[in-house]
Parts: sequence; structure tokens; C-alpha cells
Amino acid sequence: MQPILKVQALNKQYKTRDGLFRSRFFSALENVSFCLNKGETLAVIGETGSGKSTLGRILAGAEASDRGQILLQGQIIEDDGKRIVHSKELRLIFQDPMKSLNPSLTIEKILSEILELNTQLNEQQRRDKINETLLTVGLLAEHRNYYAHMFSGGQIQRVALARAIILDPLVLILDEALSSLDPSVRAQTVNLLLSLQRKIGLSYVLITNHLSLVRHMSDSLLILDQGKAIEYGKTSELFSCAQSKQGQRLLSC
Amino acid sequence: MAKFKLFNEDANKSPLKHLWRHFKSNHSALVGLWVFLLLAILAISAPLIAPYGVNEQNAQALILPPSWDDAGQVEFILGTDGLGRDLLSRLMNGATSTFGLAILAALLTTAIGVVLGVFAGLTRGVKSSVLNHLLDITLAIPSLLLAIVIVAILGPGLMNTVWAIIFALLPQYIHSVRNLVAQELSKDYIVAQRLDGANKWQILKTGILPNIYEHIVVIFTMSLSTAVLDIAALGFLQLGAQAPTAEWGAILAENLSLIYLAPWTVALPGILLFIAILSTNLVGDGLRHALQKRRAS
Repeated sequence: MQPILKVQALNKQYKTRDGLFRSRFFSALENVSFCLNKGETLAVIGETGSGKSTLGRILAGAEASDRGQILLQGQIIEDDGKRIVHSKELRLIFQDPMKSLNPSLTIEKILSEILELNTQLNEQQRRDKINETLLTVGLLAEHRNYYAHMFSGGQIQRVALARAIILDPLVLILDEALSSLDPSVRAQTVNLLLSLQRKIGLSYVLITNHLSLVRHMSDSLLILDQGKAIEYGKTSELFSCAQSKQGQRLLSC
Repeated sequence: MAKFKLFNEDANKSPLKHLWRHFKSNHSALVGLWVFLLLAILAISAPLIAPYGVNEQNAQALILPPSWDDAGQVEFILGTDGLGRDLLSRLMNGATSTFGLAILAALLTTAIGVVLGVFAGLTRGVKSSVLNHLLDITLAIPSLLLAIVIVAILGPGLMNTVWAIIFALLPQYIHSVRNLVAQELSKDYIVAQRLDGANKWQILKTGILPNIYEHIVVIFTMSLSTAVLDIAALGFLQLGAQAPTAEWGAILAENLSLIYLAPWTVALPGILLFIAILSTNLVGDGLRHALQKRRAS
């Protein structure tokens, strides 16, 4: 079976000013490669500064890589830092859902704009699609007239999810999206994500530091350390026998 | 699915209604707003409702005190000046030339300032930095001094004053708008919108402008109070409105020689100026506090 998302030797360097004329490069990602199948979850863990957030941002298209390819369903969408296809099949959910929603617009306006930009639906179809999506994530159609500040923490996460899945994507990138939630809301959201995965066959790239979440949700696991992939394999296998010292240390707790 | 009764509490309102609720709770700001609106209406309708012409002289009623004084006459409610002109009519018309023109100047500044500020905010690199650092130089000069310099070049006159004030206010304006735009650009929802495929114009229209226009109104009120003060100051220095024009600063200057004989001719335009600037500042301050409160809630 062809993997839905394939990343080949992704590289990213940042330039930091060091004095007036000298500048130094530091690698945020070095030759990172992985595959993700339909309906599966890849967890990415690593210490702060290991490049896992950079990976998420590059996958979503918020930043460009320096070298390497990203393939979606066998098609190259990013080649050596050039985004060839503006992809609506790869959607990012931000760390703070509240900050990722425009406070001055109603949910309907936010969602409607996304549809306007990416689809040819007319107004009635857009309205139906918005209602349907809001129901899918466990909200009501009436919530479309709400502003972001009117939602509670768990609800706003659902709105962010609705924002991500309204274009029927294939892959969702969750950049620490579950970390800021309290345990009960997190459990709700995780169940919602898993049920969506069963229903629509979504794939997730789960960027987190939460080990029990990784164990619960993910099929495969990628451990990053200073931009390098030090471990990559089935989650269950890695948890029982990680090869590297760093990996053992990260997974032992 | 059953139709839900949605919870329609105070917190469940649009950001604009929120802002109005916070603004309303500040009484001085509300009074300021009423006075401001009254002055604005006066500025528009003054030539129609003023009892006498601006330069209509009444030879039999020179330096008449206000009507509540024993020597005053009820036909001239606020008294007359040295040439027998009705002070009330002159002050009402002064609202048009001082307050009205200040609003006009501030509006024009807003129009130009927002366009240039947004341009400066959206561009990066050399273009943005040239615009910025050129403006930094002019920021070092106080706006009144800058206006005087510009009037010195253009020559005195009321319309020249307006242009001078627009040019003098513009650097601060562009700077503030640029900062607002730059601040917005770094927000997550702008990144999200960019990832949705929105171009720069769309990001500006739905992402940035709805979030900054309230702040622009605050900057507008601040520049308005500066504009009122500058127009009056230039009029007083006889660089702006010239002698027969009914402009508060010019009226003040004209009657300065009468200050011992007829103090009301100097006090009244001064009080009006004070009220105009105070009300504008109260509105601006109230709005800023309301914005802060809304952000905190």
C-alpha cells in the first residue's frame, strides 16, 4: 500500500546572528524521513529544541525546508524548499486553539472563508458544509454565530478541529494541540480524534511530549534529538526496546 | 436534533458590543462622547443656527458683557467684542473652523496614514525600513513645531494650516498603524489564514483590519485633540486663520488687548477650546480603557 505521507531527507537550517558580520547556522532538522499510512498515527517526540515543532510547521507549509521532499499520496508537494502544490490535504492544528481563531469574526465567517478560498461551493452549500462539520466535531449548527471568546476550553479545541477538517484533509498535524487541555477535556478530544480516524480514515502527525498519549494513540513513533531522527519504528516495539541511550531516557518515564 | 435555547448572556456578544458595554460603564467617557457629538453637530450646523452673522457689527453695542451681567443685553447672550460682533455667533462659527476643520484634518490623516502604515507593515526589508527611519527623523520634532515650519513654507492661512497639521500628524500615525499591523501579522490566526491559501489582500481585509480598526479610532481621537490644539495655536500665533475669521485661537488673539476691559472675550473661547480637547481626550481614553478591559476579560 502506498503511504499517504512520505517525507524524504528533510533538512532545515536556521541562521543566527553571531556578532556583527559572522552568522552561524544551526540545524533544526537533519535528514528526517518517515512514512505515514492512511488511518494511522505517527507520534513525534523529543526534547525542547529538537526540531519537532519545526517539522510540523514545514509539513503544514508555514515554513519552507532547505532540502528534501514531502510526498502526499505519491505526489511531490514540496521539493527542496519549494512548495509545488498548495495543499489543503495537510492541515495544522495549532498549540493554542484560541490564538488560531480570529477574535473579530464569527465561526461561520472563519469557516466560510476557508471554503471560499479552497472550494467552488456556493453559499448554500458552504452553509450546509459548515453545519455538517460543526456537528461532526460535536458542536451545534447554532455555534456558527459565536465568536471565539464565547467558547470554553474544550469547545474551542473542537472549533479548531472543525477548522482543520472542513476541507476533508488526509493528514492532520497536531502541534502540541492536546497539551494545554485539562485531563478530562483532553480525553474527550482524544476520543473524538480516534473516532474521526475510524470514520473518515484521517492520519495524524502527533507532535507531543505526552508519553501516555503517544502510547494510546500512535502506531509509529519518531524520536528527534537535535534535529536528527534517532529512533523510528512501531510504537509498541520502541517502548519495549529503544536502541539509543537518548531514546531510552525519553521513553523510560 | 432538538433545537437548543442558546445562552444569551452579556458575555455572549460580539466584540463590538463588548466594547460598548465597557465604554458605557465609564461615565466620564460617556459624557465626553455626548459633548463631542454636540460639538460635531454644532460644527456642521453653526452657520445656519447662529443668531448673527460672523462679522456683523453692531455699533451701538460695543464690548457688551454677557447677558447675566447687569450691563448685559439679552440679544447678545455672551456679550460682544471690541467691534460690536456677537460673541456667541462667533464662537459657534469657531466650532466649524476649529473643531470641524480639525476633524477633517484628522480624517484625512487617517485615510493617508492607514494606507501608508499598512503598506509599511506589510512590506519587509529595505522598503519598509526606508519608510520607517525617514519617519523616525520627523518624530523627533514636536508636531506643533513641525506645523509651524510647514506653515512657514506654505504661507499663513486656514487651509494651509490644515495641510500643515496633516503632514505633522502623519509620521506618528504611520508608525502606530505599522506597529499594529506588524503585531497582528505575528499572530497564529494570520499564519492559519495564510495556510488556508489567503493572499496578502485577503489577510489584510479579514484578518488584520477587523482587529485593528478600534485601535485606529483611538489613534484618531488622539490626533484629533492634537489637531484642535494645533489649529488654535497657529491661529493664536496669527500663522493660521487670519483676523476676521471666527476661529477660537484667532478670536483669543484678537481680543487679547481687551483682556482687562472685557475678560469674557478671552475666557469664553479658551473655555470652549478646553472643553473640545477634554471631551476628545475623554472619548479616546475611555475607548482605550474599554479595549484593555475587553482584552483582559
